[in-house]
Amino acid sequence: MHLLICGGTGCSASKSQEIADNLKITLKDKGLENEVQVILTGCFGFCEKGPIVKIMPDNTFYTEVKPEDAREIIEEHVIKGRKVTRLLYSDPENDQRVADSKHMGFYKKQMRIALRNCGFIDPQNIEEYIGEDGYAALAKCLGEMTPEQVINEIKLSGLRGRGGGGFPTGLKWEIASKNHADQKYVVCNADEGDPGAFMDRSILEGDPHSVLEAMTINGYAIGATKGLIYIRAEYPLAIQRLLTAIDQSREYGLLGEDILGSGFNFDIELRYGAGAFVCGEETALIHSMEGKRGEPTFKPPFPAQSGYNNKPTNVNNVETYANVPIIINKGAAWFSSIGTEKSKGTKVFALAGQINNVGLIEVPMGITLREVIYEIGGGIKGGKEFKAVQTGGPSGGCLTKKHLDTPIDYDNLIAAGSMMGSGGMVVMDETSCMVAIAKFYLEFTVEESCGKCSPCRIGNKRLYEILEKITKGNGTMEDLDNLRNLAGVIKDTALCGLGQTSPNPVLSTIDNFYDEYVEHIKDKKCRAGVCKSLMRYIIDPEQCVGCTACARNCPVNAIKGEKKLPHLINQELCIKCGACIERCKFGAISIQ
Amino acid sequence: MTKIKSLADLRAMKQSVQEKLDTRVKGTEEGLVQVKVAMATCGIAAGAKQVMDYMMEETEKRGINAVFTQTGCMGYCHAEPTIEVTRPGEDPVVFGYVDIKKADQIIEKYIKDGELVDGVIPVNYEKIKD
Ligand SMILES: Cc1cc2nc3c(=O)[nH]c(=O)nc-3n(C[C@H](O)[C@H](O)[C@H](O)COP(=O)(O)O)c2cc1C
Repeated sequence: MHLLICGGTGCSASKSQEIADNLKITLKDKGLENEVQVILTGCFGFCEKGPIVKIMPDNTFYTEVKPEDAREIIEEHVIKGRKVTRLLYSDPENDQRVADSKHMGFYKKQMRIALRNCGFIDPQNIEEYIGEDGYAALAKCLGEMTPEQVINEIKLSGLRGRGGGGFPTGLKWEIASKNHADQKYVVCNADEGDPGAFMDRSILEGDPHSVLEAMTINGYAIGATKGLIYIRAEYPLAIQRLLTAIDQSREYGLLGEDILGSGFNFDIELRYGAGAFVCGEETALIHSMEGKRGEPTFKPPFPAQSGYNNKPTNVNNVETYANVPIIINKGAAWFSSIGTEKSKGTKVFALAGQINNVGLIEVPMGITLREVIYEIGGGIKGGKEFKAVQTGGPSGGCLTKKHLDTPIDYDNLIAAGSMMGSGGMVVMDETSCMVAIAKFYLEFTVEESCGKCSPCRIGNKRLYEILEKITKGNGTMEDLDNLRNLAGVIKDTALCGLGQTSPNPVLSTIDNFYDEYVEHIKDKKCRAGVCKSLMRYIIDPEQCVGCTACARNCPVNAIKGEKKLPHLINQELCIKCGACIERCKFGAISIQ
Repeated sequence: MTKIKSLADLRAMKQSVQEKLDTRVKGTEEGLVQVKVAMATCGIAAGAKQVMDYMMEETEKRGINAVFTQTGCMGYCHAEPTIEVTRPGEDPVVFGYVDIKKADQIIEKYIKDGELVDGVIPVNYEKIKD
């Protein structure tokens, strides 16, 4: 028998170590220390109800356990085989105590569809993929379905693009299929430029065949015989696994000529990108593949009309593709039963920031932020207060406390001033300054703007300068209006999606954290203590004994004072490095 | 290598792969322990490769019959390197923060005797199966 105790950060803070110790002592008392092991585990993710103790092998799940409960657990459960009912998890929906964790709803929060094989199969062995039903969808399409039926199935499934825009995938395929040409192309967008996002990389590294299979299905559906994967050269492992996978598929006759005896030919090659954010935009991506500058062009024409080499080209994202084989295998009805009315299936998120369980998660559309943060993510680091979640990267915005219970899907996120984006999800606590966050994303956009159109090239730079002014304490209320106006103009007039969405981080933070902007402007105050220019280091003359430690360690000689007399910091010279505070043994220095 | 020329070929291959995997999982193959190591960029950066090399060498030295699979990201970035160990006939168990020392404990305690060691990662997702 094993007693598993959650040793995650949240539970540890509430004494899981002490519980473990008490359990061990009691076991020893009863002479059971050799039969029953006490184990500290990683986070169960269920920190709201922590500390958690799980008993194996019967899967009993005890919540909110206290150190003094240890004896009862041993005496009742371990020795007499009777569950300690009062510690069992009670299901909020029907108030019933749940004994077996397999029946807890919480265990079903995550659902792996796109990541179904990641972490389970050997990505470098095609046979393991085949063992998991791999290439069965392709066989089904080639053997039993017409291209129209394949497109129809994808349409019915309700699958929407996972690369950011959320365009209906089946519809995109249909448009590409209806544009006739001697040659068409299927392109997989593996540029993944959002800072902090790594969903696509994980899929390519963990399950490359799912993408190859889906692209081949895509080729069959629209009448293309060539596939290209545009991947950034900064993803060497993903590239290597893709190349291995392509070789193996060719060897097994699953790429190449006359696939599965159907007469259909299809092959896939890689194209490398140099890692520019704008090259993730589909027209820029296509130009980059053609050997031209990676700059976007006006749409229409859409790639489905005139794309790579001016031929009809279907561009889809890696995660979009990873969903395709399973939709064919299990049917559109199965897929569309998951998710919300207009957003079907699941979404993979890279959960990052001030959250305990940083990681890759896949959740059904319609899950709430609260569930993601507190039941999967294990809550905010250090028990701090939740402040905001950034989704959609540089094109997205911030969601706040008032959105905690909003179901996450394409349309709700847009209504909340953010967007799904490709799946970055950065959690922030009270130590994040929202003005600085907006500035951070703007800095990224300014850096990554290709410079072709002036709204993006000049407008974003101006936005950035105004934000800089505000964080330096020189902002005026008029600047807020200017930010709003300029943001609106950029959104309306920029050439491509980069500029059309780049003001979102600014707008959504102004909308959701207006007070914080006003504080920066009027009170010259940054409540999170992030904007250095607004901080003042002050020496309390009552507490200062004049030991001179601060003055001696100040790198810019901003502190003056006589020995044994209170010292003073010259605010003009101070660079807010914090060296003085660290040295002061008397707690005389504070930040205001 | 045989080319897969038809749906029937594909089905036959799936069947044979599955049988192979089943014998492993059900432990019909006497005492075979399966170890999967999460080897995506993040896992490797955290030292998964060294852990895998060490475990392969040590299990062999200690006379344990084990197969190792390099697999993709398991999603537990906060606890890399992560490995999943399946003892014959038992449910898989995932361990996080596996360094050489932890790997040694896992071999000695869990693989040999079925005793869990600290650092078990509770799996909290549903996997779709037909
Ligand atoms: C600035 C910018 C960057 C983009 N970066 C990516 C990217 O990294 N990966 C991606 O799949 N789509 C990206 N897109 C979206 C693509 O233009 C395109 O919509 C997408 O690849 C279509 O695939 P989907 O329908 O499967 O999502 C980006 C768009 C813009 C405007």
